Amino acid sequence: MITVSSLLDEQWYERYKNISKLNIRSSIYDVTNRCNLRCKGCFFFSSGEHKAAQEEMDILKWERFIEKEKERGVNLAILIGGEPTLCLDRVEAFYKRLPTFCATNGQIKVPRDRFPDMMVGISLWGDEKDEKILRGKDTFAVSSKHYEGDEYTYYLYTITPRQIGKTEHIIKKIRDIGVKVHMQLLSNDEGVDGFSWRDEELIDIRAEMDEMLDHYPDTVISSRYYHKVITSGTMLGRKFGWMECPSVTETFDNRKPQPKRLIHFIRWASDLKTMHRCCTSETRDCSTCKDGAAHMSWVMVNKRAHIRTAEDLQNWIEVYEMFAKLYRFIPW
Amino acid sequence: MRTEQSISDIILRVAHVMIEELKLEDVTPKTFDPDIDLVDEIGIDSMDLATVALVLQDEYGMRFDEDDYPGLTTIRLIAEYIKDALS
Repeated sequence: MITVSSLLDEQWYERYKNISKLNIRSSIYDVTNRCNLRCKGCFFFSSGEHKAAQEEMDILKWERFIEKEKERGVNLAILIGGEPTLCLDRVEAFYKRLPTFCATNGQIKVPRDRFPDMMVGISLWGDEKDEKILRGKDTFAVSSKHYEGDEYTYYLYTITPRQIGKTEHIIKKIRDIGVKVHMQLLSNDEGVDGFSWRDEELIDIRAEMDEMLDHYPDTVISSRYYHKVITSGTMLGRKFGWMECPSVTETFDNRKPQPKRLIHFIRWASDLKTMHRCCTSETRDCSTCKDGAAHMSWVMVNKRAHIRTAEDLQNWIEVYEMFAKLYRFIPW
Repeated sequence: MRTEQSISDIILRVAHVMIEELKLEDVTPKTFDPDIDLVDEIGIDSMDLATVALVLQDEYGMRFDEDDYPGLTTIRLIAEYIKDALS
């Protein structure tokens, strides 16, 4: 039987042990159906999820709900929306009870006196030009002022095909304001012309992502294996899709055979009763989904499949460390 | 009715279930070290443990509390957990 220590030297084994018992149990919460932007390609609006449930307005009900989530074993609340910062009282209800990550477009500043160490991930969809096309404005101009030098913030840079050859410009901008960045790929749910990936573009962007990681290791939170998996949609010869995705809401998951998945994962709508199918849009084609968190989790839940060669296991460790850093289970 | 089993019997049975359910290769119930750390060395995660626990629960007519999973890091500890639950 292959054991972990037989594959790793002392240093790698220590890294493995630092993460092997973290037992992260995340769920995702739509904090609100409202947003202060209307981005082309945002799955929440393009799939009509903003109309799937009526928002719960009573903060006491939110607090009781979060307590129950904690009892259910959730130890990481990932807040999305809509725009969570439109409802800071709900964000605070999570933050006071659970390790919390807040996804935001960065146009409203999370007040650090109320949320001193809450992890914030700011969405960024490209350079100024792409941001104006897809989101109606250059959001970085505002978010960079709000979060300059913030050690609990990173940019979630969603790369579009039009960004090939231009990512360094973005990475440098982020580095220059003293914030970290993580990269993922646009899934183009609304089929905006020129923003869907072609195979050769995915090969090119993988090389560019690797280059950014090599050149800016203090700014970019990523791993080469993650780049390989997200650009190819494959892992250990398996293809990503519905039968492989780990981020399916537990109560909706009747797949047989049952794939490895996130334990007790649920994505809740803002009425605190409705559940969405998965971490992203129900209307998205799973075979072309580029969701970064889903691909990261796909690697993470398939740990034993990576215990076959030293390289495979080291790849797994790097992806798990990346995830743990992004949600601050381990330091940057 | 199940007759009382020794801890060694339960260890062998837990090892057997683990090998079968998780499709572990190159190991038998007899060669499976009952004290090897399942998380640190074999890479067992909580979903694996839940899979094994379901089978053992049915077999022994007891329940595993999910909150106890983090402490069940070796086959011997799982076997002792079962024996305690039955006593």
